[in-house]
Amino acid sequence: MDKTWNNRAWFMVLPVLVLVAFNAIIPLMTVVNYSVQETFGDNVFLFHGVGFFQDVLTSERFHSALLRSLAFTAIILAIEIPLGVAIALAMPRKGIWVSVCLVLMALPLLIPWNVVGAIWNLFALPEIGLLGRTLNGIGFDYNYTRHPVDAWFTLVLMDVWHWTSLVVLLAYAGLSSIPDAYYQAAKIDGASRWAVFRFIQLPKMKRVLTIAVLLRFMDSFMIYTEPSVLTGGGPGNSTTVLSIDLVKIALGQFDLGPAAAMSIIYFLIILLLCWIFYTLMMRNEEQ
Amino acid sequence: MARIDLDHIRHSYLANPRSEQDYALKEVHHTFDDGGAYALLGPSGCGKTTLLNIISGLIHPSEGRLLFNDRDVTELSTQQRNIAQVFQFPVIYDTMTVYDNLAFPLRNRGVPEADVDRKVKEILDMTGLSDRAGKRARGLTADQKQKISLGRGLVRSDVNAILFDEPLTVIDPHMKWVLRSQLKQLHHRFGYTMVYVTHDQTEALTFANQVVVMYEGEIVQIGTPADLFARPKHTFVGYFIGSPGMNVMPVAVEGRTARIGAQTIALPGAPAAQAGSMELGIRPEFVKVGKEGMPVSVRRVEDIGRQKIVRASLEGREIAAILGEDEEVPAEPKVVFAPEGINLYASSWRVEMGA
Amino acid sequence: MSENTAVAASTTMPRAAAARATARSGSRVRLGWLVPTIYIVFLMVPIYWLLTMSFKTTNEILGGLTLWPHKFTFANYQTIFTDPSWYMGYVNSIIYVTINTLISVVAALPAAYAFSRYRFLGDKHLFFWLLTNRMAPPAVFALPFFQLYSAIGLFDTHIAVALSHCLFNVPLAVWILEGFMSGVPKEIDETAYIDGYSWPRFFTKIFMPLIASGIGVTAFFCFMFSWVELLLAKTLTSVAAKPIAAAMTKTASASGYQVGLLAAAGVLTIIPGAIVIYFVRNYIAKGFALGRV
Repeated sequence: MDKTWNNRAWFMVLPVLVLVAFNAIIPLMTVVNYSVQETFGDNVFLFHGVGFFQDVLTSERFHSALLRSLAFTAIILAIEIPLGVAIALAMPRKGIWVSVCLVLMALPLLIPWNVVGAIWNLFALPEIGLLGRTLNGIGFDYNYTRHPVDAWFTLVLMDVWHWTSLVVLLAYAGLSSIPDAYYQAAKIDGASRWAVFRFIQLPKMKRVLTIAVLLRFMDSFMIYTEPSVLTGGGPGNSTTVLSIDLVKIALGQFDLGPAAAMSIIYFLIILLLCWIFYTLMMRNEEQ
Repeated sequence: MARIDLDHIRHSYLANPRSEQDYALKEVHHTFDDGGAYALLGPSGCGKTTLLNIISGLIHPSEGRLLFNDRDVTELSTQQRNIAQVFQFPVIYDTMTVYDNLAFPLRNRGVPEADVDRKVKEILDMTGLSDRAGKRARGLTADQKQKISLGRGLVRSDVNAILFDEPLTVIDPHMKWVLRSQLKQLHHRFGYTMVYVTHDQTEALTFANQVVVMYEGEIVQIGTPADLFARPKHTFVGYFIGSPGMNVMPVAVEGRTARIGAQTIALPGAPAAQAGSMELGIRPEFVKVGKEGMPVSVRRVEDIGRQKIVRASLEGREIAAILGEDEEVPAEPKVVFAPEGINLYASSWRVEMGA
Repeated sequence: MSENTAVAASTTMPRAAAARATARSGSRVRLGWLVPTIYIVFLMVPIYWLLTMSFKTTNEILGGLTLWPHKFTFANYQTIFTDPSWYMGYVNSIIYVTINTLISVVAALPAAYAFSRYRFLGDKHLFFWLLTNRMAPPAVFALPFFQLYSAIGLFDTHIAVALSHCLFNVPLAVWILEGFMSGVPKEIDETAYIDGYSWPRFFTKIFMPLIASGIGVTAFFCFMFSWVELLLAKTLTSVAAKPIAAAMTKTASASGYQVGLLAAAGVLTIIPGAIVIYFVRNYIAKGFALGRV
């Protein structure tokens, strides 16, 4: 839309700016601080420059964890986004079932993440878990605590179960704001169902879909609690994604320096990828 | 092009309507002639949109039938009725170019590309959008987008009628005039049956051959703009049309005179019937201010350029009169009602006055 | 513009949907509901599993697979309802989450409007920067946050957690609301001004109803992300404002892994969120009721 230039709009943005900056800038400075300083305990810090950054970037361990995170995120996005949109399209628009659907679909989102991990941990156990027993009963040799492939499968399934509803809710809200007149006009024009989707629904949902994609990308890339509770990074380190690795270093070895450096690199990777996503998806907004 | 017949149509939004009040649209039985330009005029909530939506197929009427050229279309879907509709806000396909927007309805119907090209170019020309044909529809102004909406309807040659639902709402005031003229030209040139819903009397009176005035779910009068102005059949029509609207005041009628307060007014003839409360309606244009007649107290004079509107009080009733720009209000103002402008209403409906 | 017009428009819409539904081909509707149904069944199975676990003893859970509690027990729930350190956890969580949701949505509304309608110096960068605040892994921020909020004397208060959650909730609220606001044509704003509306009246009476689904979704997501956030809530509190998520970590302690208790706590955590989404469901499903202008 045609936006008017108005610098006084800064006042409308001010509360948001204050709230976020307060929480962001000071802690960020602290982290940067840690990342460039070496400590030998007793609050003695020595400037270490980019040493930690170099260590992290060249470490084999970091590369593996990074690859796992990227793979996980790619799989998640490929499943959750189309699935979420498809479900939103198929949901009823009016009537009693709408409420039922919305409430039920939202339930997985509301469970604390450690509980989610715990549920699936037990649910997928080969002996006493409903899923584990069923899969083994059908004929698969399934044990996520032993086989990396099974661990990945369970992890992905858990995340899809947990988070697809986010995409559904966003897409559904986006669809609901399309005025009826558009569907009416499409009818008059003789448009097919696919044309309605392609020319009316999808464009109108573009903004919400961007939010959904970015949110899922960030959260799946940073995921920690659920895989930690589910597999602890195992078996071995087959599901050790970046954040799990990070916490191991930070808390396990209590190495603030490398941990801080890794966090910053982590953050910059996400920033870069998000920026690319965002620019691609918003490319058409500016004429 | 088609003739549209509304056969005893009534509509209620409630599942089980019981009284007249429950009907949003009270009985309508009317024919829109083939090629006519009609306006449905009335305030918000009067039922004009309901009627339009029944014609377009958005609403299935509770009672009655709808016929296009004697063919019963009541059960047909919107798509099957071959109508075109322009909505209150521009409905276009943002991601397509202007050309593709216009071509869309034709391509969906499998029209050969050569014909598509021909028709689209014709419409582009007609709506003045030729230079924008290759541009994305998204970046255009509101009036250009409405033209595309309109164009999508015109591009099909099998269109039965074009329906407009307050289409100039989001258009700038100065563009409204331009678009209205273009719509009129289109009508002259192609002779489509057009039904135009609006609450703006200027739009209705300038666009339509016949105006259908609606009030509280009923059609109160159908006529040419001149008819509506001179011979309003309902007090609402008198009040709604014209600026300022007709003066309406309660009177007591005896034979050939009407009495308001202490004043008597000679009527052109005795009214045929007297039922319910009687009211006298007279347009400000027919209220002459001068030195003779009934005394009034002038409250305000509004100078609107070519004329002046005199707001006065007659026997405690508000009354408006028109004065030429060079005329002055005399010191002791009095008004006379020109007999040709006097209308009598019983329970808001016009009664004829015999000779 | 008048209220009548909005009524007229809203009464047209249900008819529109009904007419559309009948005109639609029967087979599409029949298959249509299958997809959401299968999905919901998929979602409900682990929740059912959680529910049954909450009524079982830990021994039964770990002993083998039972599809329903063979030894039905309320003991887990009893513990939670009678032990203050448990139920206060819920109360605390609800308090700070509600505060946070209110602050986030209220602050985000004008900001989102500004981003949607105006261009100003640095607007695009500011917008993207907001989102970057969700991109940092929380683990390393715990310590700095602890230092920050202690320094301003807000440690162990609800407001501290509520404010700290603004870090990720406010940007989200701004992003979602801006998306919905951009779907409302600017012409509506202009028409309102011509009709004599002041900005606050325009915003509350005309604009907000038009973005109702966006507000509903935003409120729910703010609630949800704040409710499940564990790390910062644990770090910034100790006793007075301890959230439920922290209380739950007690279950993995001295007496072993008390799965039944954890499950019961988990079930109870779902309820406030379910209530919230129940209340905002109408906003999410609301169509774009374009009132007559």
